Amino acid sequence: MLSAILVMALGAIVLGAALGFAAVRFKVEGDPLVEKIDAILPQTQCGQCGYPGCKPYAEAIAKGEAEINCCPPGGEEGIRKLADLLGREFKELSGEHGVEKPKSVALIDEQTCIGCTLCIQACPVDAIVGAAKQMHTIIAAQCTGCELCLPPCPVNCISMQVLPETIDTWKWKYPVIGIQPVATKDAQHA
Amino acid sequence: MTSYLFILLGAVLVNNVVFVRILGLCPFMGVSKKLETAVGMGAATTFVLTLACGTSYVIDSWLLIPNDLLYLRTLAFIVTIAAIVQLTELVIQKTSPVLHQVLGIYLPLITTNCAVLGIPLLNIGMRHNLVESLLFGFGSALGFTLALVLFAGIRERLEGADIPTHFRGTAIAMITAGIMSLAFMGFAGLDKYK
Amino acid sequence: MLELFRFPGGVKPASHKQESSGTPIAVAPLAERLVVPFRQSATGAAVIQVRAGEKVLKGQLIGSAEGAFGSSVHAPTSGTVIAVEARPLPHPSSLAAPCAVIEPDGAETWCERTPLDPFNTDPEIVRARIRDAGIVGLGGAVFPSHVKTRAPNRIDTLVINGAECEPWITCDDRLMRERAADIVAGAEIIGRLMGAKRILFGVEDNKPEAARSLQDALGKIECGSCQVASVPTLYPAGGEKQLIRVLTGVEVPYGKLSPEYGIQCFNVGTAYAVARAVQHGEPLIARIVTLAGNYGQPGNFEVAIGTPMDALLPLGQPQDDTDRIVMGGPMMGFTLADTSVPIVKATNCLLAMSQKLFPPPLPEMPCIRCGACTRACPMILQPHELYWYAKSKNFGKAQEYHLFDCIECGCCAFVCPSRIPLVDYYRFAKSEIRAREREKVAADTARERYEFRQFREEREKAEKAAKLAAKAAETKAKLAQEEAAQAQKVGADKTAAELIAAAQARVQAQKEKDSA
Repeated sequence: MLSAILVMALGAIVLGAALGFAAVRFKVEGDPLVEKIDAILPQTQCGQCGYPGCKPYAEAIAKGEAEINCCPPGGEEGIRKLADLLGREFKELSGEHGVEKPKSVALIDEQTCIGCTLCIQACPVDAIVGAAKQMHTIIAAQCTGCELCLPPCPVNCISMQVLPETIDTWKWKYPVIGIQPVATKDAQHA
Repeated sequence: MTSYLFILLGAVLVNNVVFVRILGLCPFMGVSKKLETAVGMGAATTFVLTLACGTSYVIDSWLLIPNDLLYLRTLAFIVTIAAIVQLTELVIQKTSPVLHQVLGIYLPLITTNCAVLGIPLLNIGMRHNLVESLLFGFGSALGFTLALVLFAGIRERLEGADIPTHFRGTAIAMITAGIMSLAFMGFAGLDKYK
Repeated sequence: MLELFRFPGGVKPASHKQESSGTPIAVAPLAERLVVPFRQSATGAAVIQVRAGEKVLKGQLIGSAEGAFGSSVHAPTSGTVIAVEARPLPHPSSLAAPCAVIEPDGAETWCERTPLDPFNTDPEIVRARIRDAGIVGLGGAVFPSHVKTRAPNRIDTLVINGAECEPWITCDDRLMRERAADIVAGAEIIGRLMGAKRILFGVEDNKPEAARSLQDALGKIECGSCQVASVPTLYPAGGEKQLIRVLTGVEVPYGKLSPEYGIQCFNVGTAYAVARAVQHGEPLIARIVTLAGNYGQPGNFEVAIGTPMDALLPLGQPQDDTDRIVMGGPMMGFTLADTSVPIVKATNCLLAMSQKLFPPPLPEMPCIRCGACTRACPMILQPHELYWYAKSKNFGKAQEYHLFDCIECGCCAFVCPSRIPLVDYYRFAKSEIRAREREKVAADTARERYEFRQFREEREKAEKAAKLAAKAAETKAKLAQEEAAQAQKVGADKTAAELIAAAQARVQAQKEKDSA
C-alpha cells in the first residue's frame, strides 16, 4: 500500500517538475494566428461584423469569441477560407450581420455637395479627397464599398454604384448546370 | 536484427493500429480532412507513442514489477501519457502555432486516444525488452500515420466527388475506412518468421 | 539534318486544310465603317489619341502605347473618325470597350512612312519601331512583340512558328507560300535584335509547298544559320513549348518561359509584320483571315483591322444552314454572339459551323477517371484532377496541379469518352483565381491605407497635444514673467516710498531743529 502511494507520488513529482520546466522553456508570446485571419478578411473596415474594424474581428475569432460567419463583404468564400484555416465547421453567412452585395463604390453628387468634410472624416481608408468648403470626390480605385460615408453626409449626396463588368474583370461562368426539379404531369394532377 | 525488422513490419502493416486493431479511430476520423493536418497529427502521435511505450516499459519493469504494484499499471501509464502529451502540446504551440490551432482539441485528446494506452499495454503483454518496446511503439505510430495520411488523401478527393447527399461527410468516410481495413487484411502473415 | 524530338500527348483531328489553302490570298474590299478597338494587345488598351471629327491618314497613330508593355493602334485606312465610343468587342463576354469608328474616304492615303535599315540602326530604335508599329503576337496571344525581343539572357535559337496545327485554319500556310521573302527578312531582323545564333522555321509536314517556299526564300538571302524543319503533323505542334521541344529537344518546365533557356518563338505572321514595319515603315493595320467551314467559297483574305465581320463573311459565301460563327479554330475558338464585331489583331479565322459539319456536342456524362485526358495532354498535366478541383471550386489544389500551365488546347476534351467540356472548367477556375488575386491586392492596399490613417490620426492628436502643451508652457512663462515684472515694479515703488519717507523724516527733523 505504502509503496503504491510512494511510487505514484514519485511519478507525479518527476513529471510535474518536467512539465513545469517545459512550460517555462517553451513559453509562447503573442499570437501570429491573428495576422493569418486578418489576411483573409477583406479589409473594408465597415464594422458590419459588430467589431470596429477587421483586425479587432480577427482577434475575436482567434480568441474564440466570434463566429466566422459574420463578414458580408468577405462572403461565402471568406467563410470557407476561415473554416479551412481554423479547422472549424463552415456556416452560412449569418443574416443578422448583413447580406452579400455585389461590389460597389461610392459616388458623390458634386452638384449637391456642400464641402462639410464629414464624409472625409468617416472614410476608414482615406479614399475621399477634399477640404473644407472645397469639392469632395471619391477615389473609386481606393473605395472598398464599406458605406460608412453615407450616414454622416448632411445632404445625402453620396450613393453606391455597382461596379460594371469590364473585359478585364469578366469571369467565365461555372460550367455546371444545376439540376432543379420541374413540375411533372403527376404533380399537376395532384 | 531481422526480428527488429519484423517487429517494425508487423506494427506498421500487418497489425496496423487503425485498420487491423481498430484503435485510435477518434483522431483518425477527426483530423484526416486535410493532408497537412493529418501529417502533423501523425507526427505528434509518433512522438507521444514512442516515448510512452518506452517510458511505460521502464516504469513497469523497474518500478511496478519489483514493488509488486501491477494493479497500478493503467493508472501509472495514463499519468505518464498525460504528461508526455502536455509536453508535446507545449512544443507544438511554440514551433507551429497554426498546427496547434488547427489540431485544436485533438492534441490534448491524444491522451484519451485508446491506441496510445493500448499499445503500451499490448507491449507489456508481448514481453518485449526496451529496444523492442521502443520499436514497437514507433512502428505502431508509423502505421497510425500511414493510415491517417492515406485516408486524408482519399478524403481530399472525396470532397470534390459526386456523392449522394445522404452519404456525404462522415458516412462515406466510415465506408471508405471499412474498405481500407479489408485491404489491409491482405498483409496478414507477412511478419511470420522462423 | 536537324534532329527532331517528340512531345507527349497530342491528338490527330481531321485537318481540313485543303478546303481553304488552294486559293491565293484575296484582298478584302474596304467596309463602309471600320471599328478599331483600342484594346488589341494582351497587356491592355492603348491611350486614345484621336477625337471624333478628326481626319486620319492610313497608318496614322490613333492610340499610343502605354508604358513598357503597351502596344499602339493605327488607322487602317484614310478617312474621318466619326466617333470614339464603346462598341462590343470580339470576346466571349461580348462586352464593349472604347473603339474608334472610322469612315473611309476611299483614297487610302498613307501617312509618312520611314523605312529603317535594320542592319545599321541601333537595336533600341528598331525595338521602338516594332512597338510604335503596334506589332503583337499574331499567333493568337497578341502579346506585344517588342517586349519579347528583349530577353534577360542570351538567346541562341530563334524559332519561327509556321506550324499552324489547328484544323481548318490556313492563313499562315498561304502567307508562307506567297510572302516568304518578307517572313524571312522579319525573322532575320528579330534574330539580329536578340543576338540569336540560329533561326529555325517550324512547318508541319502537311504544308510541303509552304516549306519549299520558305526554303527558296532562305536560299536567296544565303542565311547560313537558318533552317526550315518539317515537323510531324500532330495537334498542338504549333504550341510554343511543344514546337520548341520538337525542334530543339528543350522541355521548358512548369511556370517558366522559354527565354530562360535561350530560345524565343515568334509566329510567321508576326515576323512578316516586323519586316513590313522596319523595312517599309508600315504599321500593323491588316492581317490574313481564313474563312473556312460551311462556306461556298472558303479562302484567305487580307482584311483591314476593324472591318466588321458582317462585311467579311459574305466574301466566303456562307451556306444557308450556318448556325454559328466561331472566331478561331474548332479546338480553341469561341462562338461569337454577335457578328457585327470588328476583326482584331487576334482574329486568325472565322469558322462557319453547321449542324452537319460540326454536330452539336452530346450531353456531358460523369467522369469515369479513365485517364485518356492525361495521356493526351501536351503539357504533362493531369486534366482529370484539374477537372475535379475546378468543379468543387478547390482553387488552391488546382493551382498545386499547375492549372496556369494549361494552354487550353482542348486535347483533353477532344478525347474524353464522357464528352466533358474540360477546358470550360479550367477557364472558369483561372478567371476565378485571377479575380481573387485582384481582390487580395485591393484588400492589402485597403489595409495599408487604414493603418496609415490610424497612424495619421495618432500623429495629429500628438501634434495637437504638443501644440497645446507648448501654448500652455508659453502662457505659464508669460505669467511668470509678468509676476517678476510686477515684483520688480513693487520693489521700485518700495524704494520710492522709502526715499519719500526718508525725505519726510529729514524735513521733520529739520523742522524740529528749527523750532528748538
